[in-house]
Amino acid sequence: MRVPILKQRDYLIASVQAALSDSDLALLCDELVMQVGVHRSHGVIIDVTALDVLDSFAVRTLRTIAHMVQLRGAATVIVGIQPDVAFAMVQLGLKFNTVETALDLEEGLALLHRRRQLGVGGPRAR
Amino acid sequence: MWGAHVPVEIRVPIYTEQDIVAARQLGRAVAEQAGFVGSQLTVIATAISELARNIVTYAVSGEITISLAEQTGRRGVLILARDQGPGIQDLALAMRDGYSTSNSLGMGLPGTRRLMDEFEIASVVGEGTTVTARMWRS
Repeated sequence: MRVPILKQRDYLIASVQAALSDSDLALLCDELVMQVGVHRSHGVIIDVTALDVLDSFAVRTLRTIAHMVQLRGAATVIVGIQPDVAFAMVQLGLKFNTVETALDLEEGLALLHRRRQLGVGGPRAR
Repeated sequence: MWGAHVPVEIRVPIYTEQDIVAARQLGRAVAEQAGFVGSQLTVIATAISELARNIVTYAVSGEITISLAEQTGRRGVLILARDQGPGIQDLALAMRDGYSTSNSLGMGLPGTRRLMDEFEIASVVGEGTTVTARMWRS
């Protein structure tokens, strides 16, 4: 199922709706990297609230998306990782490394907003 | 205690990435019937997802069987992942965190071992790989 991408001011919000297949993730990557340019977005939020599983492939793909988005000059925040999913990720040994996470959409937007006000760029400029 | 209508075994042929999603959803249903709740269900679904992805990535096709397990009064689930793929040359290396021959994170097999209570892997080069994993209700 295709992931809808919404534009909100300077940010793009991708809300993952259900169990995501690999090709959905690859498509999401292509679209986000393109739309950051189209809308001149400064930040991307990927909402994974609806995901019941984040396996190593999904984590690697989300990390890749964040890296590509950063190379396009925008920051990425992953929001909505559920408690059970967080538990399984830690057991499995999966990390988002430099990709930032926030509790939910509201906190994710606040994080990107603070980052803009401070005038800092991508995830490395902290 | 198990209802007569409850399927005790689900077999999912694994050929495409869509089958990975199907396997973990069906596996979660079996685990629910076994009485698992909350994060345990997510852990089991994640383990199935990793094993199914290994089949798609390395072996092209195979199957995953998820069944109810019972042993000396304990109840749980058994995940059996079988393929007739190329097999694994060096099992010790394949079980090491971060090792991958496919540009993946290399967390699938060692991670799945950490997720599950019991984990066994057998592989014969040129014949295929079998992973047996169990989780017991605590």
